[in-house]
Amino acid sequence: MGKTLFDKIWDSHIVAAKPGFPDAVYINTHFIHEVTSPQAFDGLRKRNIPVFRPGKTRATPDHNVPTIDQHLPIKEALSRKQVEMLTKNTTEFGVEMYGLGHPYQGIVHVIGPELGITLPGMTIVCGDSHTSTHGAFGAVAFGIGTSEVEQVLATQCILQYKPKRMKIEVKGQLKKGVVSKDIILYIISQISASGATGYFVEYAGEAIRNLSMEARMTVCNMSIEMGARGGLIAPDQVTFDYIKGREFAPKGEDWDKALAYWQTLHTDADAQFDKVLEFDAADIEPQITYGTNPGMGMGVTCSIPELADIEATERPSFSKSLQYMDLQPGSRLLGKKVDYVFIGSCTNSRIEDLRMVAEFVKGKKKADDVTVWIVPGSKQVEAQAIAEGIDKVFEAAGFQLRQPGCSACLGMNEDKIPAGKYCIATSNRNFEGRQGPNARTFLASPLTAAAAAITGNVTDVRELI
Amino acid sequence: MEKKFANLSSTVVPLPIENIDTDQIIPARFLKATTREGFGENLFRDWRYDEQNAPRKDFVLNNPLYKGRILVAGKNFGCGSSREHAAWSLADYGFKVVVSSFFADIFKNNALNNFILPVQVSEAFLQQIFRAVEKDPAAQLEVNLEEQFIRIGATGEQEKFDINPYKKTCLLNGYDDIDYLLSLSKEINTYETSRPFNF
Ligand code: SF4
Repeated sequence: MGKTLFDKIWDSHIVAAKPGFPDAVYINTHFIHEVTSPQAFDGLRKRNIPVFRPGKTRATPDHNVPTIDQHLPIKEALSRKQVEMLTKNTTEFGVEMYGLGHPYQGIVHVIGPELGITLPGMTIVCGDSHTSTHGAFGAVAFGIGTSEVEQVLATQCILQYKPKRMKIEVKGQLKKGVVSKDIILYIISQISASGATGYFVEYAGEAIRNLSMEARMTVCNMSIEMGARGGLIAPDQVTFDYIKGREFAPKGEDWDKALAYWQTLHTDADAQFDKVLEFDAADIEPQITYGTNPGMGMGVTCSIPELADIEATERPSFSKSLQYMDLQPGSRLLGKKVDYVFIGSCTNSRIEDLRMVAEFVKGKKKADDVTVWIVPGSKQVEAQAIAEGIDKVFEAAGFQLRQPGCSACLGMNEDKIPAGKYCIATSNRNFEGRQGPNARTFLASPLTAAAAAITGNVTDVRELI
Repeated sequence: MEKKFANLSSTVVPLPIENIDTDQIIPARFLKATTREGFGENLFRDWRYDEQNAPRKDFVLNNPLYKGRILVAGKNFGCGSSREHAAWSLADYGFKVVVSSFFADIFKNNALNNFILPVQVSEAFLQQIFRAVEKDPAAQLEVNLEEQFIRIGATGEQEKFDINPYKKTCLLNGYDDIDYLLSLSKEINTYETSRPFNF
């Protein structure tokens, strides 16, 4: 019987599979950032062992960094300490680091792909759940905890039980105004925030194949929001064209050999999945979330479910969530006033996202009482945006182009949404307090977020294009 | 951190909310420490304290009726961010067991790596626990890892739970994964020499 793409990659990375033990899986690339790594380095010190393969780990600070005046020392003492600790640890243990001000610095899941570090067939981990982003290249990439970061630093391996396999096929073509973020928000709303727990997902189908690399990353990024261990897409010509010529990508003869191997990375026709789900792209509208987990989403023109539509056991959690959002069951979000617009995060902060927004807002102005933050995913994205004059378009529209980092995705720096305010965000989590204590988040695509920036309300972007 | 897991009987803290994500267990702004200690103080911070840092009376951790080393929560506990700080804050607060009808994958690993036992029970048994505690906040829950069962003291109702044999051995003996991985250095070197590329 044939194998799935996931099986091919996983099985070829098993270092040891002893009966009664989880698989010891070899890790090709390990990313670290300042928040989930200090305790792992401490662990190495306690055991008095080095980083086993320092060349296979790359570091960058992203969660805590300010998004204005990055050339100045970080004001907040604890954030500064964490970022300094990353510099200290990586220097001491010989790990390559792209610190603040470095042209390669950025959100860890944005820089890996753009630098050509992320490649098909790799196993990739990071102490960060959105490591699933890298699956867009046909890699097995997943988030881990700090104890596991220590395992990888110490041995370049991780102990894991093999997840089950799920295929999600999205057939047909997307309609106007619907983009990759809408695909993934739609899928999560259909199967819930725990609908893929225990599985590794392969996305397939015409609608997925037609996406650019960056749009595929948006889909894989949010795999974790339905509970999946990770998500991946088989590499194809789109993938190879994207990688070719990037800084750390294989070159010359190495490229030819690599390409020959990558072309074998696909699910065999007779391979079996543990579960298969199918969706039709034509059913997908621009999406928006109304609740406090990413599964609480709907088409932008739809109404929030009535209490009666929710299963009895789930009603208390549903009501608690709407109470937090100060929204009524059965009501519509269309026309709801928003206070902030955040376009950024590892889900939607790449150059294509910024281009999409710029093209839409060109010649338009933001609504008066809305604050708009555009936070590029990396220094390279920022530089490219400036080179293309996108910064000027934003300026004219009244949008602020800030410096790269995680920013208001989780509000660890100063970029917090004030209590009680509504923010339409292109990030991936609408949890209570995620963007700041008592902040209220609507997740949406960059287009839907940009439309709200212009009108000041939740808007159906299709009416403006 | 308390390594090794011994069987225990304890009163429970009930939290019948679904999809409790790790941002609720420990909000991001408290992730700035560079050690593993002290996170218990901020466990469920925004549910426990209001904007003025005054305890919220209606939150279970502030209710003196409910205490104990077992947290019982609604389904899909620990979803969201991979932050191990969630497990550290539960451990630091004093929890040794979390019971739910469903756990998010990464949280489950993080808990086990910190010698907290995640016990997955059926939705029906979870509701039985909530009812028992509602009836009597002093109700005891017994968790037996060797025999892999969980029992409600008052009613004697019990259920078996799953745990993989390797993790069970680790918990019972206080071993961690790195000890095992370090013992594989020969296999790791052999693997590396067999792969021409880093993928
Ligand atoms: S942008 Fe948000 S989701 Fe992505 S790595 Fe940063 S904090 Fe995590």
